[in-house]
Amino acid sequence: MDLLRHFINGMSLGSIYAIIALGYTMVYGIAKMLNFAHGDVIMVGAYVCFYAVSRYKLPPFVGVALAVLLCTILGIIVERLAYKPLRQAPSLAVLITAIGVSYFLQNTALLLWSSNPKIFPSIIKRASIKLFGGQLSISHITILTIVTCVLIMIVLNLFVNKTRLGKAMRACSEDKGAALLMGINVNATISMTFAIGSGLAAIAGALLCSAYPTLMPTTGALPGIKAFTAAVFGGIGSISGALLGGLLLGVIEIFAKAYISSQLSDAVVFAVLIIVLLVKPAGLLGKMTQEKV
Amino acid sequence: MALKKFISLKRSENRKVFITYIAVIAAFIICQGLSMAGLLSSSMQGMLVPICAYMVMAISLNLVVGVSGELSLGHAGFMSVGAFSGVAAAIIMQNFITYAPLRLALAMIIGALFASIAGFLIGVPVLRLKGDYLAIVTLAFGEIIKSILNNFFLGIDQNGLHMSMLKDTTNLAEGGRLIIRGPMGINGITKISTFIAGFILVMIALIIVFNLVNSRLGRALMAIRDDRIAAESIGLDVTKSKMTAFVISAALAGAAGCLFAMNYFTIEARKFDFNMSILILVFVVLGGQGNFLGSMIAAAALTILPEKLREFADYRMLLYAVILIMAMLISNNDEIKYFFRKLNPFRNKQEAE
Repeated sequence: MDLLRHFINGMSLGSIYAIIALGYTMVYGIAKMLNFAHGDVIMVGAYVCFYAVSRYKLPPFVGVALAVLLCTILGIIVERLAYKPLRQAPSLAVLITAIGVSYFLQNTALLLWSSNPKIFPSIIKRASIKLFGGQLSISHITILTIVTCVLIMIVLNLFVNKTRLGKAMRACSEDKGAALLMGINVNATISMTFAIGSGLAAIAGALLCSAYPTLMPTTGALPGIKAFTAAVFGGIGSISGALLGGLLLGVIEIFAKAYISSQLSDAVVFAVLIIVLLVKPAGLLGKMTQEKV
Repeated sequence: MALKKFISLKRSENRKVFITYIAVIAAFIICQGLSMAGLLSSSMQGMLVPICAYMVMAISLNLVVGVSGELSLGHAGFMSVGAFSGVAAAIIMQNFITYAPLRLALAMIIGALFASIAGFLIGVPVLRLKGDYLAIVTLAFGEIIKSILNNFFLGIDQNGLHMSMLKDTTNLAEGGRLIIRGPMGINGITKISTFIAGFILVMIALIIVFNLVNSRLGRALMAIRDDRIAAESIGLDVTKSKMTAFVISAALAGAAGCLFAMNYFTIEARKFDFNMSILILVFVVLGGQGNFLGSMIAAAALTILPEKLREFADYRMLLYAVILIMAMLISNNDEIKYFFRKLNPFRNKQEAE
C-alpha cells in the first residue's frame, strides 16, 4: 500500500514537473535557448494566485486564471525586452541574459513581497479520498494536479499538431529560414511560444504551492532546475518527452525520498539523469541528429 | 633563443599574453601598495582574496568554455571538492607544519589533486556528450557533489581518519576532532589565505593556461572546438585533448576553492551551488570566451560591484541584474560593435595580420 501511495505522490509531483518542463522544452525547441528564468515565472504566478485568493478573497479558479493572464503578459514583455534583441547573438549571451532576468524577477519579488515565507492557501478545501478502508488516502489536489497535467498535454498536442499556429511552431523549430520564406512570422511565433510557456508556468506555480505550501521569492529556482532536467531526460524539444521525463523524475524523486534517503534524493535524481543520458545521449524520446560532413 | 622568442611581441597572441602578465602584476602592486598605505577600506581589503579565487575560477572555466568550447554549469562542484579536501588537509597538518604559507601551499596542492580526480571521474561520462546535453550533465554533477558533501562526515583521532555518510557514525576516540560536519560544513578554520598567495596562484594559473593554449594541445583543442569532424579526420584525439583540458581546469578550480575557503572561518557545501557556477560563467561570458584578461577583469568588477551598490540598499541585487542584462544587450548590439571597431587603433594592423 505504501508503494502505491508513493507512486501516486510521485505522479502528482511529476505532473507539476511535466507542466514546467513543457515551457522549457517548447522554448528550447523553437528558440534553441535554455530559459533559466522560467522557474521564476512559476514563483510570480504562485504569488499572484496567493494574493488573489488570500487577500482579495477571489475564488481559487479566478486566482489561477489571473495568474495565467499576468504571467503570459510577463512572458511576452520579458521576451520582447530581453531576448528578442539577441536573436542573432551567440547562445551563451542569451543564457546569461536569461540568468539576469531570473535574478531580476527574484529580486523584484523580494522587494514587492519580502522574503518572509507565505503559507499558500489550499485551492481545494475538501477532505481527502479514502480508499481500501482508509489505508490509502489521496488528497484532491493530487488528483487535480494529475488531471490538469493530462488535460494540458492533450490540448497542447492538439494545438501543435492540428492548428495552423501549431504548424507554424513546428516549422520554426525545424528550420527558421525556410519558415520565414514560407511566409511564417517567425518573431511572432517565438513570442507566442514564450507566452504559452509562461502561462503554463503560472498553472504549475499554483499547483506546486498547493502541494508544498511555502512560498518565497526563491521557490521557483529548484523546481525550475529539476523540470529542466526532466525536459532533457525525456528529450528536449519533444512535448511527449517532457511529459514522460517529468513523470519519471517525480516518481524517482519520491521513491528515493521514501526508500533511500531524503537528503540524497536530489543526488539520486541527477544520477539517474546521467545514466539515462549515457545510454541515450539525446534523452528518452529525443531524436539523434547525425552530423553530415 | 628562447628568451628572444618570449620577448618577441610581433605576434598578436604573444602581445596579449605579455599585456596580461603586466596588467596582473601592476594590479597586484597597486593593490598591495594601497593596502599597505592603509588607503583600502576594510570591505575592499576583505575582498582581495575572494577576487583572486574568482579570477582563478574564471581562468579555469574559460579554459573549458572558451578554448575547449564546452559549456560547463557545474564548476562550483570542483571548487567545493578542492575547498573541502584542502581545508581538511590543512586542519590535519596543523600540528606538524606550523609555517602557514607552506601549509596553505600543500593544502592547495591537495585540493587541486582531489578536484582533478573528480574532474577525471566526471570527464569520462561527460565528454561523450555534446552541447546542451553536456551542460546539463555538468549541472547534475555539480548538484550531486553538493548533496554528497552536505551529508559527509570526516573526523580524526589517534587511530587515523574516520568517515561516514548521512549520519555522524565516526565514533571518535577521546581528543579526536570532527572536521567535516555534514550540513554544518567545516568550522574553526584558521584563516591563512593571503593576498600574496592569491596573486601567486593567479600567476601560476595564467602561466599554465597560456602555455597550454599556445601548445600543440591548445591548438588541437581549438581545432576541435571549431570543427570536431575535421579535427578528428586529421587524426586528433578528441577525447584525450578534451579530457586533459577538463582535468587541468578542475585542478585549478580545486586550488582556487581551497584559497577561497581558507579565507573564512566556516564553509558549507551549500555555498558552492548552482548560483556559484553561474556566477563564474558570467565572468567568462562577460569578459569574453577565450579572453583570459577580460574574464579576470569581469571577475574583479562583478565582485566589487555588489559592494559598491550597497548604498542602494534593497535595490542592490535588482540593479546588478539590470546591469547584467544591459551588458549582454549592449555587447551584442551590432551598431555599437561597429562603433567600437572604428575606434580601435590597431584595426588595420589586425586585419593585415
